[in-house]
Amino acid sequence: MPADIGSHGAHAARPDELSGQAAPQRLAQAALRDLPWEVGVAKPDPAIVVDGVTRTFGGLTAVSVDHLEIQRGGITGLIGPNGAGKTTLFNLLTGFDQPNTGTWSFDGRPLGKLSPHQVARLGVVRTFQLTKALSRLTVLQNMLLGAQGQRGESFARALLPGTWRAQEKANTERAMELLRRFKLDAKKDDFAGILSGGQRKLLEMARALMSEPKVVMLDEPMAGVNPALTQSLLGHVKDLREEGMTVIFVEHDMDVVRDISDWVVVMAAGQVIAEGPPESISQNKAVVDAYLGAHHDAPLTVEDEDRMLAEDEAALAEERRGRHSADTTDGKRTTR
Amino acid sequence: MSELINAFAIAGKAALGFQAIFFALLAIGINVHFGYTGLLNFGQIAFAMLGGFGIAISVSQWGLPFWVGVLVGVAAAVVLALLLGLPTLRLRADYLAIVTIATAEGLRLVFRSVSATPVTGGTRGLSAFNRDFIDLAPWDTGRRYDILGTSWSGGELWVAAVGWLLVILFSLLVWQLMRSPWGRVLKAIREDEDAVRALGKNVYAYKLQALVLGGVFGAFGGMVYAVNTGSANPDQYQNPNTFLAYAALILGGAARVLGPVIGSMLLLFILQFADTGLRALISNGVIPDELLTSTDVAQIRFVLVGLGLILLLVFRPQGIFGDRREVMLDAR
Repeated sequence: MPADIGSHGAHAARPDELSGQAAPQRLAQAALRDLPWEVGVAKPDPAIVVDGVTRTFGGLTAVSVDHLEIQRGGITGLIGPNGAGKTTLFNLLTGFDQPNTGTWSFDGRPLGKLSPHQVARLGVVRTFQLTKALSRLTVLQNMLLGAQGQRGESFARALLPGTWRAQEKANTERAMELLRRFKLDAKKDDFAGILSGGQRKLLEMARALMSEPKVVMLDEPMAGVNPALTQSLLGHVKDLREEGMTVIFVEHDMDVVRDISDWVVVMAAGQVIAEGPPESISQNKAVVDAYLGAHHDAPLTVEDEDRMLAEDEAALAEERRGRHSADTTDGKRTTR
Repeated sequence: MSELINAFAIAGKAALGFQAIFFALLAIGINVHFGYTGLLNFGQIAFAMLGGFGIAISVSQWGLPFWVGVLVGVAAAVVLALLLGLPTLRLRADYLAIVTIATAEGLRLVFRSVSATPVTGGTRGLSAFNRDFIDLAPWDTGRRYDILGTSWSGGELWVAAVGWLLVILFSLLVWQLMRSPWGRVLKAIREDEDAVRALGKNVYAYKLQALVLGGVFGAFGGMVYAVNTGSANPDQYQNPNTFLAYAALILGGAARVLGPVIGSMLLLFILQFADTGLRALISNGVIPDELLTSTDVAQIRFVLVGLGLILLLVFRPQGIFGDRREVMLDAR
């Protein structure tokens, strides 16, 4: 049954058709419930399909994903230690970077060789890890920039205000609506440059929504945001799902990931090492190893051969661990 | 006292004369490039040279009508903008800066070279191409006119009238464009290209359009200069002119419609006022000969303008028309 619901696509589903379900908005979660927790598993209704994408920088393989499908209408969390290739994968999917090999598609349309603006026009819109508020534009201008298909954005028609004024008015109304939702409406005439870090995150998300996207890719939307604002950001992300959008987000905070994701993809050293519903991830051995080091719970006394192996792997893990080092000092075996 | 009034009048003429128009048109173009789009074009003078020589070559070498010459100048500027923009606008901003400054100097050297002499007149340049235009003047261009204590030739007056008309026309054009969604995209590109790309705008195409538009404004500046002086000489179009135009733009306030216009008038006014004023003071003996001689004045006036600009950047970094809040954002 879940597969059936999924195949309609969440875009088409109306709440009244689903009256029997407890949480109608979590369609994707239901659709994904019976899937095996294995890497590269086929989703009932994939929006984005990635095949054999690799990206190397010199000798370093930043991304090497064999097969990955993202369920439509769901929130997919992308996690992994620092340097795992999450942002690089984002860049590849949105055309900001070109891979060495591989294909990927959105709604069955291949996205390879498309430039960033073409990808965005198809409805795949991203935000950035380092927020890109357009400082010397007002908040409202930031929002209006997000609107698609603006007639006044062509040079010739820009000179004839009559051709775009009505559209501009409609866009402004929609922008104000979104700003109210994100509680930024009081700041509409302020320069975006004077907003706080958290408000910039909100603005960037709101601006992305102005383009009426089908897929929203959020790169660390909660980074550097205070806990109260995190809650409201979380609420907004959940709203996106209820509106039928597909959300992919990178996040380090596991509580956040558990709270809102329908499906979690774990990357480490450029590869997808695990995927499954959020509750499956903390039990997954590959994930624990990637974050904490492979032998974090091994006994202290081992034979020499074992120790040499462990030393090598601990050194590797050290490179991958990044900011989680503080959590691991207790469990890590003392190798040096 | 009468000398001071005289210096004022002469400086006022400079602020309204063809050189002010020349710099205003260059600066309007730079404003579109740098002020609104964030493109560093350090070769604006090359567009002006193509504009001036477009008319000069068409009329005196090829025997074409004056207005065809104008079209040739504009077309040449468009081609130059595309040649400069197509390879560099995909790269970081610095590449355009390097390519434009090198092109401007290179193009001038080519135009004054011996092998180009049959077309451009080489170091002697070209002349006698503005007759058709001057003849259109509604008044007698043969005599001189006294306006507010300064003397203008009829032709000068005519060029200034048409030149200011162009300045007003282009300012209105910029004003209309920058309040449209098109201008909003340009300003957003200035702030952050990648964010604009992520919102589905073709940044490359917008940057090319901006480069072409500003370049055409610059070409008209060169035409005004060439038509007023009645000659086109490659050495009139030296690189420092680009930087004077930048100075005018910053003086007036970047990313403001009137910034480049008022900035250019003010720049020319200060230069001329310092020149005439200092000469008067030296000849009066107020400034002793040991301190300053009249031969130093030509250099000293630029020092004064430089000092003025430094003071401006310290106390009013946004220029005359700029918004201080906007400039201060970068300081955060």
